[in-house]
Parts: sequence; structure tokens; C-alpha cells
Amino acid sequence: MANVPNPEELAKVGYRPPATPWMDNKVELKKGIYCNAANPKWLEILDYPYPREWSVADEDWKLPENWKEIFLAAFEDRLNRYRSLRLFMDICVRCGACADKCHYFIGSGDPKNMPVLRAELLRSIYRRYFTVAGKIFGRLAGARDLTEDVLKELFYYFHQCSECRRCSVFCPYGIDMAEITILGREMLSSVGLNIEWIMASVGNCYRTGSHIGAPPHAYKDTVNFFCDECEEVTGIRPNPGFNRKGAEILFVAPSGDYFADPGTYTFMGYLLLFEYLGLDYTLSGYAAEGGNFGYFMSHEMGKRLNYKMYSEAKRLGVKWILGGECGHMWRVVNQYMDTWNGPADFLEEPVSPITGTKFENATATKMVHITEFTADLIKQGKLNLDKSRNDHIITTFHDSCNPARALGLIEEPRYIINNVCNNFYEMPTDTIKEKTFCCGSGSGLNADENFELRMRGGLPRANALRYVHEKHGVNHLSCVCAVDRAVFPALLDYWVPGVDVNGLHEMVANALVIPGEKERKTDLRYRPLKGFESEETAED
Amino acid sequence: MSFNLAFYFPLFSVIVLLFIPYAGAKVGLEMFFGIIIPYLAFVILFVGFINRIVKWARTPVPYRIPTTCGQNKTLPWIKRTIRDKFENPDSMPYVIGRMFLEVCFFRSLFRNMKTELKAWQKYPEGGKLIYWSSKWLWIGALAFHYALLTILLRHLRFFMEETPVVIDLLERLDGFFILYLPTVYLSGLILLAALMYLLLRRIFDMKIRYISLAADYFPLFIILAIGITGVLMRYFYRVDMVAVKELTLGLATFHPTIPEGIGAIFYMHLFLVSILFIYFPFSKLMHAPGVFFSMTRNMAGNNRWKRHENPWEYDPQHFTYMDQENMYRKQMKKAGIPLEKEIEE
Repeated sequence: MANVPNPEELAKVGYRPPATPWMDNKVELKKGIYCNAANPKWLEILDYPYPREWSVADEDWKLPENWKEIFLAAFEDRLNRYRSLRLFMDICVRCGACADKCHYFIGSGDPKNMPVLRAELLRSIYRRYFTVAGKIFGRLAGARDLTEDVLKELFYYFHQCSECRRCSVFCPYGIDMAEITILGREMLSSVGLNIEWIMASVGNCYRTGSHIGAPPHAYKDTVNFFCDECEEVTGIRPNPGFNRKGAEILFVAPSGDYFADPGTYTFMGYLLLFEYLGLDYTLSGYAAEGGNFGYFMSHEMGKRLNYKMYSEAKRLGVKWILGGECGHMWRVVNQYMDTWNGPADFLEEPVSPITGTKFENATATKMVHITEFTADLIKQGKLNLDKSRNDHIITTFHDSCNPARALGLIEEPRYIINNVCNNFYEMPTDTIKEKTFCCGSGSGLNADENFELRMRGGLPRANALRYVHEKHGVNHLSCVCAVDRAVFPALLDYWVPGVDVNGLHEMVANALVIPGEKERKTDLRYRPLKGFESEETAED
Repeated sequence: MSFNLAFYFPLFSVIVLLFIPYAGAKVGLEMFFGIIIPYLAFVILFVGFINRIVKWARTPVPYRIPTTCGQNKTLPWIKRTIRDKFENPDSMPYVIGRMFLEVCFFRSLFRNMKTELKAWQKYPEGGKLIYWSSKWLWIGALAFHYALLTILLRHLRFFMEETPVVIDLLERLDGFFILYLPTVYLSGLILLAALMYLLLRRIFDMKIRYISLAADYFPLFIILAIGITGVLMRYFYRVDMVAVKELTLGLATFHPTIPEGIGAIFYMHLFLVSILFIYFPFSKLMHAPGVFFSMTRNMAGNNRWKRHENPWEYDPQHFTYMDQENMYRKQMKKAGIPLEKEIEE
């Protein structure tokens, strides 16, 4: 990552488009702005077409001979199956309202990152091959031929959209770039163009159980380690079920939460909370992944990975499913799961065993978001919380794209934060809730080699964080998304050093006064609590 | 598309389109421009419009994917404001409300703002993003569409024997604000002003200029030309209104006639309207019916308690639990994980 410009250089973004028309600007694939090509072994595992060794940097992408026909057939197929695609190809008026709403455009100034123009890249193909005007008038009608360069351009820019849907909030017709990107990536897949970061995660998840490639025994081992850690900090050892039949609840977390810091602290938070409640639950080594990178390559692959949750819930005979803190997982659970793999008529309508609260909004999917579950616990007075144990934390809350714009989970997290932490400050209103900014690495773009793009895309979020960091001394960014927890540390190191990232349940567990616990002197990260700073140093 | 192609081609096209009926009227082709073309245009508009809508309607909506812009329905004590209910509707009445706000008040466009990256020395990275409220596009779009609607409604008088009271009232209201003879309609002036704004914005905002196609300038020019010929006809080159009404009423009642003495400018106006009609169903102007089909707006965020069916859903290949157990049985056993099938000795 030696070539990455420093923040001062990167924050100088020029927004003036080049003089040459965009169709005449041949795509230039810049290192640091793209993800590596997928290894053929994943395609073989998943039975995806045209597995081969190829490289984005190479001139020859080793496309199948009739790639153009295949791509256009895939396009037509989707035009016939998705009203969204057909409509969004037809009705854009190019008013430009979406242009400066995209974090990648704001951070890069590349005009093809204006959602309108990113969509036009595909729309121009649509006109050329699927409309009368485009067939007759060609370029005059805004149509262009599908060439190898154009295909490369589509690949490049459909992997510079994180499917965050911010543009669709501002579009007067609700045109959703995410939908175009999802289907565009499907078309790219049809000629064997996939990126390694997504494909490896999907291939791993499909066979072993999670994106990180942890098979059941490794997952269990990791959880045991977390139990040790919980015991070390609190004196309480959680006792989670694993593949246990007859448990009341199946708990599914994103694998990011048992892979690396700081997500791991969130996982420890879940475990401590459930132990405190004496919850009858089990983890599963088969439904071991809440996230769904399959959704980042195709609807079909999303469905194939998502299948595990219901199928495992059925095998284990649980009553309902509780889901951890994860962004795109909740887009899938909310907007796709029931249609893909439902109806979940073998499950019961979820009722909190602690409070008796029936989750009226989850009666079909039978899956509850953990912040809903915990907010209810707090409201019903079931948790003994000592807020002051988070006094060393001054936090803000980052609404993750999908919970905000594909579900509407806005107030539950805020309610929880306000009940476990004394210092909570919102970022500027134009950057939160439905107008929230992506972390810059969503939709499977969090590859190391993609570093410059990620830093550029993360600029608007980091800049809003900078504001509260300077004004209120904010030193933590709370979020309910595992990708956030995975990518923000690098992003904030780059843009706003001195701010840590945490999931909500880490803070919940910090504050939770568990009967029989030992005196807490540190938080889950072994950082001294307020009032114990000197003691810690003395012990060291 | 280069600016020259995108801008000048539609401009000259419209100028040529203006000249054709002018010449036609001079050489006595009134019948062609006054009857045949308008009928043809109307048929193409009608068929093309329906055709496109049917095409959309017949394409399935596999998933329920509203863009949620507010708190969803959740625990009963979590407050949902009236704004939340419209922006993240949980049932049909609120979906209708959301669509109403979108169609009649351009709700989403109202959110528009301008993002500016400002040099800011206080921040180490030297830049600060500022979000300015920016309602100009919203105002311009709203002004244009409502002016156009008013003008369309006013024109109904040409196609009805007796003008309905509502239209009469609208007309009087429209003419109320500028005291002049003949009555000056506010809607015409607003329409031309709004069109000029939309046009200048497209030319001088470099981002918008960069994305603009001929298909973006053409509708602006042609509607501008329709508006200008209309204004000229009304205030400067007066035409015989009685004769015009005879022609238009004849068209509407399927007894077309060509009265004597209507000026050429009327045929120019009518011809451009006809061209606009023909152009409409094949263009971005279909955003008008299209917005009603937009699934990010016209669906309720009720997925978790109301199942959505996809007509073409199919069952792909799965990796089942047993596949996994078969792969890792030994290790799972060793880790103390319960098995479906014990290891055979």
C-alpha cells in the first residue's frame, strides 16, 4: 500500500469533469481502485461459469469467445425478470440530483461515479441492443456498442458502488443504483468476471459455514476462547449451546464478530448478555454466518447462502431466530429471506422469553434483530446497567446503510446507547439516518488491494466523524454492522486517528451488572474503567 | 455524447420542425398538418404509452425492496412520527400517502442538497464537507410541471363544446395576477421561465452538462418552442380563435374540418405538439407514468410480517447440513459437537 496518497493529498478532490465526452474516455483501471480477480477454484466450488486464471491488470481478460452474446442474453433475461431493471433503464431524466450524493463520487471526483452516469454505463448498452431508437440512431440516442473496453468499464465501476442506496433516497423516481449494480454484477458473473474478495468469502461460506472459512469445530473453539476472555474480565463464564437441538432460540451472528477485533468484543457482549438472561439458545456451525457476501454477486448466490438459516432452524427445532449486529445481513433478512427461503411455518412467532413481548413486526420471518430484543429488555427493566462503566467512551452512532435504508432500524440502537452510555453525540443531520454515508467498503469491496477506493469512499463518513471528534471529543464510533467493525479501524486510522469502533453489545456488556461478577476494573478490551486508570498502571 | 451533438442537434432539429409546418401551411397542406399528423400523433402516443406500461406491468417484481427513509414499525413504545409513517410506510394507506407526496410535491427532490468540499485548515486533512440546502431544482421542477398542467387543463376548452366551470375558474385564476389586455396567463410565463432555468442548469452546471444527452435537450427545446409559439399566437400574431376552436373541436368529435384563415403559426404550434406526442412514449418523458411503478417507493416496508411471493423463484443447488457434517464429522466429534450420524467404527 505504498502508493496510497496521504490524507491531505487525497482530500483534494477535483469535481470538474474532463473535456472529452464520457463515451470517448476509455476506462483506465487504476491500481488501488479495483479488487483482484477471483481464483477459479471458488467458481468451481460454486458451479459458476467460466472459471479461469485472469488478472484485472492484464490486457487480455481471457473472456469466453462469445462473451458478448452471453452478456447480452444475461441482460435480457434480467430485463424480463426484474421490473426494477427495466424501469430504471427507461425513466431516468438525468436531473443530476443523485450526483453529489454518492460517497465514491464525493471522495474521488470521478464523474463515472455519479450514480446517474454509473447507471448510464449500462443504460447506453440497453439502448443499443434493446430499444428501437438506440438500434436506429446509435450514439445520437445515447447508445454505444458493447466492446471489451466497455465491459471492463462496467466491471470497474460496478465495483465502485457499495449498494448503499443513498442515491435512491434523493432520486425523484426512486431509481436504485444498488439494484443496477447487483444485476450488473450478475451479468459480469455470467462471463466469469468476479472479484476474489467476494468469491473467496462466498466459496468459504458455502462449504465451511462462514466467510472467514471457519468450520464448525473452529467456530466452537473461537467461542470457547471468548468465554475464557469473558470470564477473565467479569468472572462470569458464558455457556452457549452449540448445534444443540431443542433450544428455544437459534442465534446467528456475522462471522466478522468472531473473526477479528473489534468485532470480537461485540460477540463477547452477546455471550455475556445471554448468560445474564439465562437464555435458552444455541449457536450453529452450519448457520454460522449472518452476513451474506453471496448477495454481493447475485440474487441466486444470496439465496443459496441464506438457505442455511431456516434449514438449520428447522433441523435444530428452535422456536425462532435471533440475529446479530450486521448491516447487509439485515437487508437480506428483511427484504429477501422470506421470499427466497420461506415461508418459515415451522417456526413460531417470536416472543421474548424474558419479557413476554411479542415481536409483532417479525411474525412472518420469525427473526428478531438483537437491538430490538435488547431495547425491549431495557424498556421492561430487565437489565441492571451501570452506565458509568462506559464513561471512558464518548460515542457517536453510525447508521449502517442497510439497517437505515432497507429496514428503518433507527431508534432502537439509539435507545440502547442512551441507556448504556452517558456520552452520546450525533454526527451532522445530513450524514445520519436515511442520509447516512457508507463506510466506503460495503458490498464486498473491503479488499486490501482496494485501499485507495475505500479511503476515498469513506471520506464523507470520516469527515462527519471528524466534526464530532473535534467538537465533542468523540473517541468511539458505535455501529450495528460487522463490515463496519472490520473496515472502520483502517479508515479511521487514515482519516481520524484516535477514534475506536465498537458494536452496541460491547457497550451493553460493559455496563451490564451481572450477579456474581467480580469487581470490574476494565472494559472488555482490558482498558481501565474511569476511576481505575492509576490502579491499572500500578499493576502493570 | 459531446456537447455539440447533445445540444445543437436537438436545437436545429426543432428549428427544422418549426419550418416544416410553416412551409406546409403556405403551400396548402393544412389538411395534412391539421388533421392527419395530429391523429397519427395521438394514436402513436396512446399505443406507445399503453405498450410501455404493459411492458413494465408484465415484468415481475421479484422482491419487495422499498427504500426506507424513516423508522420502521417495531416495538410499540418506539415512537414513529408522522414523517416516519410516510417515509417508511407499513401499510397501503401510507404507501398511497408516500406516492402522493412524491407525485404531487416531489418529496424526494425536496431533500436535495449540495455537497461542497471546502478547504479547511483546522482539520489535518485540510478539507471539510459541507451540505448546503439546495431547493432550486425542486422549485424549478415543481414550477415547470404545475405550469404545464395548468396550461394543459386550460387547453381543454378547445376540445369541449362548453368549457367546464372548473376550467373556467382555473383560467380566471391563472389570468388574475397580471393586469393586461389581452389577459396574460401566469402559467405561460412560469413555464418559459422554468424551462429556461432547467436548460441553463443543464448547460452551465458542468456535472449535468457532462451527463446530458440529446434526449435531454430535445424535450426542453420542443416544449420551449411549443410555449413560445403559443405565446406568440396569443399576444402577437393573433389567430382567429373561433376558427381554431372549430378545428380542434372537429378533431375531438371526429368530424375534422379545416376552417379558412388560421395563421401558419397555429400549424407550427400544433405540429410541435404532435411531434412531442410521438416522441413521448419512446423517451425519458415516460418518467411520468414510470414514477408510479417505482418499487422503491410504492411498496410497504412490511416484509417481516407479510410474505412477498416471487413468481419465478426457483430452487438452486444447496450445501446442506449433512454435506457439512459428512465433511467434518471427525473434527466435530472431537470438538464435542452433537452429530446427526455417529462415526461408524
